[in-house]
Amino acid sequence: MAAPGFERVPIAEQEPAVRAKNFDEVCLGYTEEEAVVEAARCLNCKNPRCVQGCPVQINIPGFITALKEQKFQESYEILTQSSSLPAVCGRVCPQETQCEAQCIRGIKGDAVSIGKLERFIADKARVEGMKMQSAATKNGHKVAVIGSGPAGLTCAGDLAKLGYEVTIFEALHEAGGVLTYGIPEFRLPKDTVVKSEVENVKALGVKIETNVVIGKSITIDELMSEEGFEAVFIGSGAGLPMFMKIPGENAKGVFSANEYLTRNNLMKAFRDDSDTPIFKPAKVAVIGGGNVAMDAARTALRLGSEVTIIYRRSEAELPARVEEVHHAKEEGIKFELLTNPVEILTTEDNSVRAIKCIRMELGEPDASGRRRPVAIEGSEFEIPMDAVIMALGTSPNPLIASTTEGLETNKWKCIVADEANGKTTKEGVYAGGDAVTGAATVILAMGAGKAAAQGIDEYLKNK
Amino acid sequence: MYLIKKKRVLCPSIFLMDVEAPRVAQYCEPGQFIIVRIDENGERIPLTICDYDREAGTITIVVQTIGASTKRMMELEEGDSFRDFVGPLGCPSELVTDDLEEVKKKKILFVAGGLGTAPVYPQVKWLHEHGIDADVIVGAKTKDLVILEEEMKAVAGNLYITTDDGSYGRSGMVTKVIDDLVAEGKQYDLCVSIGPMIMMKFCVLTTKKYNIPTIVSMNPIMVDGTGMCGACRLTVGDEVKFACIDGPEFDGYKVNFDEAMERMKLYRTQEGEALLALQEGKTHHGGCGNCGGDK
Repeated sequence: MAAPGFERVPIAEQEPAVRAKNFDEVCLGYTEEEAVVEAARCLNCKNPRCVQGCPVQINIPGFITALKEQKFQESYEILTQSSSLPAVCGRVCPQETQCEAQCIRGIKGDAVSIGKLERFIADKARVEGMKMQSAATKNGHKVAVIGSGPAGLTCAGDLAKLGYEVTIFEALHEAGGVLTYGIPEFRLPKDTVVKSEVENVKALGVKIETNVVIGKSITIDELMSEEGFEAVFIGSGAGLPMFMKIPGENAKGVFSANEYLTRNNLMKAFRDDSDTPIFKPAKVAVIGGGNVAMDAARTALRLGSEVTIIYRRSEAELPARVEEVHHAKEEGIKFELLTNPVEILTTEDNSVRAIKCIRMELGEPDASGRRRPVAIEGSEFEIPMDAVIMALGTSPNPLIASTTEGLETNKWKCIVADEANGKTTKEGVYAGGDAVTGAATVILAMGAGKAAAQGIDEYLKNK
Repeated sequence: MYLIKKKRVLCPSIFLMDVEAPRVAQYCEPGQFIIVRIDENGERIPLTICDYDREAGTITIVVQTIGASTKRMMELEEGDSFRDFVGPLGCPSELVTDDLEEVKKKKILFVAGGLGTAPVYPQVKWLHEHGIDADVIVGAKTKDLVILEEEMKAVAGNLYITTDDGSYGRSGMVTKVIDDLVAEGKQYDLCVSIGPMIMMKFCVLTTKKYNIPTIVSMNPIMVDGTGMCGACRLTVGDEVKFACIDGPEFDGYKVNFDEAMERMKLYRTQEGEALLALQEGKTHHGGCGNCGGDK
């Protein structure tokens, strides 16, 4: 193998033609030898800018140095001091815009492959049964966490480490939130990676009660007054799908990406032994350009559909990670960029027949800083389709806010919370993740869960 | 795990179960529903709550065997458990949440079709317990499919049973009974109709003739039941609503039933295949050229 240099050690992936037909993980991860060589590229900077780029401030040079010296247990301990979900983060964090974007190596070559190294250590720890730092002695204080996604798991894990008795309430039948229902198997394996990270959090003493819909089964006020929880963290995510409000959207064969992905990921519709059906159209359009759009498109491809992604801006503005776009293209997904749907055309029995689109061009930058797409008059055209998946984003479920007295939300129905400590307008109630910010990333949700755990600790200590 | 404490077969294709689910039983109200999953591979099946016992912590569900999953459910016995049971979901019936004095002023007619008798029952019972006796029409295809007759009789004002084939009670569809009752001089201020979508559609067309405001309870395809998937979306007036969080009850005059009924058919081929596979083993290999199974 070449000496450590300007280029990162390449990582093995399933061949596009092969992986397009299965749900196994695309990226195969580093071997031990590859990981050690890649780790040696880290310059162990005195002022590690990568750490500032990490929303949970992992001691990146620390864990990489231990890895380089093949002290794997130590490396895992350093990693898990800051993150309860390293195998998840190593896979789905947008490292290229966070830690790796800050890496000095990146100035004259490739940044150190921090994410892939994190994944290597986390996977090795799982396979070899390494344990995380254990929980402190119980301090007798009870905290409820709503939602078992990245924000909730992180907050619960951190509080358990501080000695709190934590119960997570999950609305679905499986823990993990978006890690379980949203992100597909081929990016984030459920039975191995997600389940074991959830088990790690449980090993810290965290209880997880599934099938409890807060706001329906029981309210936050009741949790506090009747079940003795002294503080509550809301990490309920942004679950409600958005639609375009164009004609034909209620036709048979139009799905939200949430529905399509939930059927496949949470309900395992891709497996023969699952009772849950999933629609398998010959041709499907996925509307949107984010990671969820890529996930839905690549799922449909694996289920046998011919897939076209329709996005109203150009490739440069695609909000999805570059790696995901690259993988999607490699697998044979078509892109209709600068194109916006205006109508879904249907057959007599209200099934999808085609999608009518209009061409767009980019005008002046809008509030998001991206150039605003403007329709080109008279450029409408039709593409024959059997199904359409809407991946336009999600908004927070108003259920909790509407059933909790004194909990303020903003005009986007997001819960108002202090970024520094997760404090909401209701005493003892903290919030973080997509429920506060609207749809964002796994790692930002984890960062918020972490901050709220500290906020809750301070609140209860001073109470 | 959620223990099945009691099972009673109501007719060859319909059964009732009391399931231990204290969190659901504690706060549920008439009109709401639950989602149940048989086992690890089971789909999430939404079912309306038929009755509840807060003290015992149980929920009563009534199930008709129509597909592979409900057939598998019927095989479960007392002492067995469901893997998952979540609720209460959806909004309570407005009758329960509205000002009781206002509700008391109304003459209410319930129209239940087939399995719809189950979700009608807790509403009629609740009203009865609050001093309101509502009239109830129960319609079924044939005598064997009339369920919960004794229970309903105990809580209803007048109970009118009708069968499509005339084998029991009055003869004909529920809509005919509505016409007959109005012709007999009965007056109603509100109708609540729960049953198959096609029945609710025609019930609404009938009550509209007499200007009786009508509430219907929609049961479209659903996955999570918490507003996440949008599979259950309906057109109500000029708005798109999710049955799981905005409903399940809606103003029947405004619901687009034709669209809702078409949407129900989406997985029909796959459901049929699953039922066949359960009955005969996996014999379907596609190749017929019709079902798409060979693609």
